[in-house]
Amino acid sequence: MEDKIIIKFDNVSFAYEAGEEDTAATQVVDGFNLCVPEGQFLAVLGHNGCGKSTVAKLINGILVPSSGKVTVDGLDTSDDDRVTDVRRTVGMVFQNPDNQIVATIVEDDVAFGPENLGVPPHEIRKRVDDALKAVGMYKFRGREPHRLSGGQKQRVAIAGIIAMNTKCIVMDEPTAMLDPHGRQEVMDTIQMLNKERGITVILITHYMDEAVKADRVVVMDKGEIVLDGVPRDVFKNVEKLKSLGLDVPQATELAYRLRKAGMDIPDNILDEKECAAAILSALEVK
Amino acid sequence: MIKDITIGQYFIGNSILHRLDARMKIILTLAFIVSIFICKSFPALALMVVFTFAVVLISKVPVKMVLKSIKPIAIIVAFTSILNIFYVKGGTPLIDWKFIHITSNGVFTALFMAVRIVCLVVISSMLTYTTTPTMLTDAIEKLLSPLKIFKIPVSTLAMMMTLALRFIPTLIDEIDRITNAQKARGANLDDGNFIERIKALVPIIVPLFVSSIRRAYELADAMDCRCYTGGPGRTRMKQMKLHVRDFIALGVVALLIAGIIVLNIYFKAVLVR
Repeated sequence: MEDKIIIKFDNVSFAYEAGEEDTAATQVVDGFNLCVPEGQFLAVLGHNGCGKSTVAKLINGILVPSSGKVTVDGLDTSDDDRVTDVRRTVGMVFQNPDNQIVATIVEDDVAFGPENLGVPPHEIRKRVDDALKAVGMYKFRGREPHRLSGGQKQRVAIAGIIAMNTKCIVMDEPTAMLDPHGRQEVMDTIQMLNKERGITVILITHYMDEAVKADRVVVMDKGEIVLDGVPRDVFKNVEKLKSLGLDVPQATELAYRLRKAGMDIPDNILDEKECAAAILSALEVK
Repeated sequence: MIKDITIGQYFIGNSILHRLDARMKIILTLAFIVSIFICKSFPALALMVVFTFAVVLISKVPVKMVLKSIKPIAIIVAFTSILNIFYVKGGTPLIDWKFIHITSNGVFTALFMAVRIVCLVVISSMLTYTTTPTMLTDAIEKLLSPLKIFKIPVSTLAMMMTLALRFIPTLIDEIDRITNAQKARGANLDDGNFIERIKALVPIIVPLFVSSIRRAYELADAMDCRCYTGGPGRTRMKQMKLHVRDFIALGVVALLIAGIIVLNIYFKAVLVR
């Protein structure tokens, strides 16, 4: 055993309780198993309603499994007494930056998490400055959040989690409400956190080009894992992904179509560069 | 843009008043308000006015802005002055014509009251001009913290105030968006009489409520994730510390009150009650 498992789903099922209108309880996740080693950058893909957000909320105890067990760094998330410890280990960033910023000044918001943990004041100051520098928002520390762009707000939200010194960050579609520029800012931040700080990142997304950057991709459908592997292997299954209502990265798509049309191109193309090189070499052979 | 509103009426600056501890400013403002009501003679009132002017000058807040804060109370000042002029009797009669009797006491009282009210408003607006809403909230939390022994959840209340401040711009944005969306669907919001216009607001208010409740749920999850429990054990990054300047300010106001009391003793009171 070389990698330490930080998050473990052990045969987890979860159903939202029956509402008044639809009488049956909706089973969202059923018999779900997943292990995430420390330091991994994991992307979870799936179309809307496949249960990926539920998985995110199960990780840090906002939701508790109906059956089975979720453990975070050895702690059971259903243990009410330890839920604060779970949340010290796993931070969470949500889709809408507006709904997770609590303070009227950027640096006060970043300080919110450590303040809740009872960190001494001078130590909070240090962590806040450090976190804001890490996401490139230090010069905005005295600003009011509502004057920032979406990408900047989301980076402030991420800084708020970094300042808590969590080992793992779960992001539930953090770029869904951002423009391309904002998405790029946030993706750069996420990759930096994973590579430079060794923070385990679980990125829930439906953008393929974001998933490509991960170490491992898990594709979900109807509350189950249907594909699991490194991006290169997962995106080989173009037909399977399309049948699940998902896209593949554009370069992969092009390579796939060319191969179908009879060109000699490998099936593990991920980005534009690889695609161009493959097409070139295929043409040269002819 | 409606988005660029400043919450409260904070005037960005770096004067000594801006740098005073917010708790001290609140206490001193309250002390000043009390001293306004103990002041009874014209020399004492003059001292008060001089002090008020000095505060405005030190704060470096433009006089125009200060005057703006007086505007809403102009009617009240005028109204009380008129009442005082006609109803306060005594002293030398100035006008005695048919049913109108104006005496010197009446005029003095009216003048006295008007100056009092203006001083009061100017000084309290100086507090909000030189203190950010965040600092005010924090200061109120600190000042009210003794109430914790009566089981009043002071820090939770302060958190609520902060969140309210935080969400004002967000909700204004939201109203903007909903209004545009409803206009695009053909809603007529600008025409019609008063009742019709109020009715036209319903399609804006209902979605606003729905979305606010949804926001609240998400916010609660986000706060949970960041380990907010609302209970004890919370620390604060920004510690409030009293500096020498805060004690100097305290001394100045103490002297002011002493001066008013002395002047009250040595000079004739204007207000006879």
